Amino acid sequence: MRAEPGAYPAAGDGTGNEGSGVIASTVVHTSDSSPAGPLIEIHNLVKRFGPFTAVDRVSFSVARGEVLGFLGPNGAGKSTTMKMATGFLTPSEGDIRVCGFDVQSRRLSAQRAIGYLPEGAPAYPEMTPRGFLRFIARIRRLSGQDADQAITSAINATELEQVLDQPIDTLSKGYRRRVGLAQAILHNPPVLIMDEPTDGLDPNQKYQVRELIGAMARHKAIVISTHILEEVDAICTRALIIDRGRIVADGTPGELLARSRYHNAVSITLDTSLAEQAALLLRAVHGVAAVEEIRRGPETIFTLFTTVQGEADTTLVDHVSRLVRERGWQVRALYREPGRLDEVFRRLTRGDRSGQQTKPGAAA
Amino acid sequence: MNEMLAVFRRELGGYFATPLAFVFIVIFLFAMGSFTFYLGGYFESGNADLSIFFNFHPWLYLFLIPAISMRLWAEERRTGSIELLLTLPVPLWAAVLGKFLAAWVFAGLALALTFPMWLTVNYLGSPDNGVILAGYTGSFLMAGGYLAIGAALSAATKNQVIAFVLSVVVCFLFTVSGLPLVIDFVSGWAPQALVNTIASFSFLNRFQSIVNGVIDLRDLIYFISLIGVWLAACAIIVDMKKAG
Repeated sequence: MRAEPGAYPAAGDGTGNEGSGVIASTVVHTSDSSPAGPLIEIHNLVKRFGPFTAVDRVSFSVARGEVLGFLGPNGAGKSTTMKMATGFLTPSEGDIRVCGFDVQSRRLSAQRAIGYLPEGAPAYPEMTPRGFLRFIARIRRLSGQDADQAITSAINATELEQVLDQPIDTLSKGYRRRVGLAQAILHNPPVLIMDEPTDGLDPNQKYQVRELIGAMARHKAIVISTHILEEVDAICTRALIIDRGRIVADGTPGELLARSRYHNAVSITLDTSLAEQAALLLRAVHGVAAVEEIRRGPETIFTLFTTVQGEADTTLVDHVSRLVRERGWQVRALYREPGRLDEVFRRLTRGDRSGQQTKPGAAA
Repeated sequence: MNEMLAVFRRELGGYFATPLAFVFIVIFLFAMGSFTFYLGGYFESGNADLSIFFNFHPWLYLFLIPAISMRLWAEERRTGSIELLLTLPVPLWAAVLGKFLAAWVFAGLALALTFPMWLTVNYLGSPDNGVILAGYTGSFLMAGGYLAIGAALSAATKNQVIAFVLSVVVCFLFTVSGLPLVIDFVSGWAPQALVNTIASFSFLNRFQSIVNGVIDLRDLIYFISLIGVWLAACAIIVDMKKAG
């Protein structure tokens, strides 16, 4: 496989569905250079439950080395999509290929290539983690030393040593989730699909799971769903926002941030005694579209929105720092905002307008 | 095959990981004993055979077997582990058969633990052990039939109570279909062929002939194919549920 660092610059509209490009700081495989092509290919997937359409013409693909973050409000269709991709639910329309195997007609071959953590990390409550992992190893056709090795490394990766012989239903939520993770990575699958892998974990455990995902990412195609937006920035090379069954945004975290109105905005924190004077001067800076002012006791935070959209741009922050120098202000903080994912998320997943408008581009 | 064995071992182990196995076996043996000796008047009958013991089996199974089968699929659905099972590379037949066989072996174990009955009758007299063996075989096959019915109905719901009640009702219909209760009801209006068909479904008639020592190939085929048909139904129900 040929690596092409930086073959896919962070430009474009962020709604493409190529799925072949990876914006990672590390290595990029494009579908042209990778002999296997994308490991997950989903085309025009539809799922209806009676009159309700849970997933509506969703298409995307995930290549080796990508970590795709699946975002969306509850009930948006994230889990349903994952359930179809792993062969648990039958799609109403469309097709899914995992490692080249059609999930409907070659279900078992596809499932051998998948490690799946279902929503809520279900397991057999009366079993111990040790017994449970042995069962999974047996089903995965691992035996003898291979099985022992696989189980040991899964246990180490998820730090389950302490609870190996306690029944799963006596474990805390965090441990149960980790048992589910251990089960998913046991056979070192090329494709990992995880429904909310960090739900119920404490911040240390979350960090650990993200490290784990990061360490595996280079050799696998990974899909995770999450409600935690920082997670997208922390581990995902690409994010897909889904709302009411439709893809409303698809791009790198950077591309999504670029759609925020905070993107390139400049925040400056000044002494409140300077606030009145500063407000007038900051509003007059060239390139400022609007100013937001938040007063917190002795400090006042001004957020200056730029007229420049999209591209990363430092003009405004340059202007502001020149003004600060000229005036000799004591600045407590000055920075350029990368954008706010939560704001993008809210805007894209609320109301018909955003859903309707962005859909055609996303589903193309 | 590997996958089926893995499912089978897990499922069978599941019975013994909880008090379920213990409770079930104790109640099963207690009920068998008390029915035979008190209700059946075993000692008063003065016969050196186990026909009284076996005659109670269909009626005990009617309630005890659905208690085993109700959890087979309904519990997986309730705890969500069915999503795990069906996204593992396990062929559907292997999952259905593995679970069924685990339950059947468990029921067989409970049945085997009634061996003191056999010891007793051999101590007290000299029974025809061939007939007794036939009785055990028939009883085991009949348990399999009840279990297969229960497995299919368990797959249809995630509520174990519903699974239990439905299984008892369907098992009851299969048990009594040869009795006057049913035959009189049908024979008034239905053609004789249909009446015969319904009567031929009866567990009771077929089990009775086996207990009497007459192992007819047709009775064996009946129980085996009944198990096959209900397990196929179980697989179809599990598969249909995937469509949502």
